[in-house]
Amino acid sequence: MNTPLFEFLCRMGDNTLVLGHRVSEWCGVAPVLEEDIALANTALDLIGQTQLWLGMAGEVEGKDRDADKLAFHRDVWDFRNTLLCEQPNGDFGQTMMRQFLFDTWHLIMLKALAGSSNEQIAAIAEKSVKEVTYHQERSADTVIGLGDGTEESHMRMQKALDKLWPYVGELFIGDEVDAAMVEQGIAPDPASLRTTFDSQLDAVLAEATLTKPADDFAHKGGKTGARHTEHLGHMLTQMQWLQRAYPDASW
Amino acid sequence: MSSPETSPYKDSEASPHGETRATEWPLWEIFIRGQHGLSHRHVGSLHAPDAEMAIKNARDVYTRRNEGVSIWAVEASDIAASSPEEKGALYEPANDKVYRHPTFFDIPDEVGAM
Repeated sequence: MNTPLFEFLCRMGDNTLVLGHRVSEWCGVAPVLEEDIALANTALDLIGQTQLWLGMAGEVEGKDRDADKLAFHRDVWDFRNTLLCEQPNGDFGQTMMRQFLFDTWHLIMLKALAGSSNEQIAAIAEKSVKEVTYHQERSADTVIGLGDGTEESHMRMQKALDKLWPYVGELFIGDEVDAAMVEQGIAPDPASLRTTFDSQLDAVLAEATLTKPADDFAHKGGKTGARHTEHLGHMLTQMQWLQRAYPDASW
Repeated sequence: MSSPETSPYKDSEASPHGETRATEWPLWEIFIRGQHGLSHRHVGSLHAPDAEMAIKNARDVYTRRNEGVSIWAVEASDIAASSPEEKGALYEPANDKVYRHPTFFDIPDEVGAM
């Protein structure tokens, strides 16, 4: 059993790693040039944050694994990202809805972590808040623009929300790792972020003329690693293929 | 997204041109100020549905490498442009007026580069 701190850091880093990779899949094929560059910027921000989280995880673990080792030499069952992050891109609307849901949680989480009792975590959070503030503004704007757009774009955004909603609940489900983090003043109780999240979500959805699904059923198993969706394994075959084909290859 | 067959600028060479196509976002010209104290400079153009997104897109497209401290976005259709056909009347009269250049003064060495 890994230490709770290592687990927690992997959860933060795997969220940004997996979502960052997903977003990078748009590179070169986004619907318009401007969005293509914006998505690539977001992906790079997330990968940059991954280096900090997983780098720290490797230090904490003390088994000579750096961020690259953790990113490229683990298989599905060792990943600790929430299920939301690994969901496929779908159309552009679905990608932006996933981004908005994650960004909104991410920003609230990072703001809380900026006050962490662990100085290194507080510093990573403080740096990330600036990047994620922009991500969240942009994705919220896009959700509003497309939700309150044409009949077609509205329909696609509602479909995206309905599809992704069951993966939102996991962000707020705590376990013994979270309890240990709360006890040491390192991280907030996930459930405590829900009120702020809901009020921000409701405000954006109202402007976007979208309806939040009534059913609060939540898939889980991503952040504990117990049961990822089938999408993560496929994604890793792409993300890790080079290290799988040529282990420890370097420039 | 660009429409090469038309120009979005008023009164410019590529007339006549119609309104922006329904499926296309308007074109915006982007001006960035690199440092405090300098003026905004034109850096390029992009498409965006509204002014707010134009600024956001400009941030992503043109300030990725720390280029700016301030962004202006101007919708291209709001820019009045001179026409190349008028270049004779507009610019040629200045060609033979060399005295408008300050090249007839001896500048003392002490002044240094100007």
